[in-house]
Amino acid sequence: MPAPARTAVLRDAIGLGVAVGLYGVAFGAAADAAGLDPWQALAMSLLMFTGASQFALVGVLGAGGGGAAAIGSALLLGTRNTVYGVRLAPLLAPRGLLRRLGLAHWVIDETTALAVAAPDRGLARLGFLAGGATIYAVWNATTLVGALGAGALGETAQAALDAVVPAAFLALLWPRLRAGAEEPAVARRVALGGAVVALALTPFVPAGVQVVTAVVAVALAGRPREAA
Amino acid sequence: MSSGTLWTVVLVGSVGCYLLKLAGLSVPAAWVERPWITRLITFVPAALLAALVAVQAVASGQDLVVDGRLAGLAVAAVALALRAPFIVVLVLAGATGALVHVVWG
Repeated sequence: MPAPARTAVLRDAIGLGVAVGLYGVAFGAAADAAGLDPWQALAMSLLMFTGASQFALVGVLGAGGGGAAAIGSALLLGTRNTVYGVRLAPLLAPRGLLRRLGLAHWVIDETTALAVAAPDRGLARLGFLAGGATIYAVWNATTLVGALGAGALGETAQAALDAVVPAAFLALLWPRLRAGAEEPAVARRVALGGAVVALALTPFVPAGVQVVTAVVAVALAGRPREAA
Repeated sequence: MSSGTLWTVVLVGSVGCYLLKLAGLSVPAAWVERPWITRLITFVPAALLAALVAVQAVASGQDLVVDGRLAGLAVAAVALALRAPFIVVLVLAGATGALVHVVWG
């Protein structure tokens, strides 16, 4: 494979790794705000290793939600990675069970984007592995920094952190609503529906349950009504 | 929630998310690539993230409370609309939350 293409793939992988590092600090801080200790925050980044699901889990716990609702939100967001795996399987062509078990852990938004954007299968593999390794290392290090840093904060800084958490979710949501995203008009309606249902249910159901219920309600509202 | 319960939530959630990843590399593509399923998976994140934005911004247990979080969210929305980088969005939201806390307690 040509050297410039390899360099471009590696540059993208490292660039993404640095960018997600910032999210790692925000995740560590959000986990601390939700009552997780730094080791629990780090365990999530080591073992769950899928940012949006991690944010969702600590978001529900931070809102006072129960364990089942927290796990449910993480799994709902984790279904994305199943679709990514389907797209990646022919590119990565994992030989043997052990390799497949290992590769699966790094199937996330960023590594999928890197692999799918690469011009051939060899570079797709390289992009996946380089991106996976970089992001895994940076994400875990910055998670610990965020979790330990947030633990040392005073009351005003805690108020700042409380305001950072919803802003972080909005920043994750924003690219899905912007022009150029996949059907942004539908995504905006879906987002508005999710927010309205969640707020309407908040006084009546246990904390955290409203989030999962909102998603199910919006999904049911958009179900196919005739054979497609 | 006790530390032991939190560990259980963390580990069960992690195993579940890992199995979802592994399933993608393991199941026949036809199982997942149905229009209804891909559509659901495309739009579930928007509903879930928006629900989390709303709940994190104004819910406090079962009450709805307007405080620095909502002000921070409004500032974050403006910053995002102006295409500010992620870290700038978070710093502005945090500064707004802190300011509201200092001014109104």
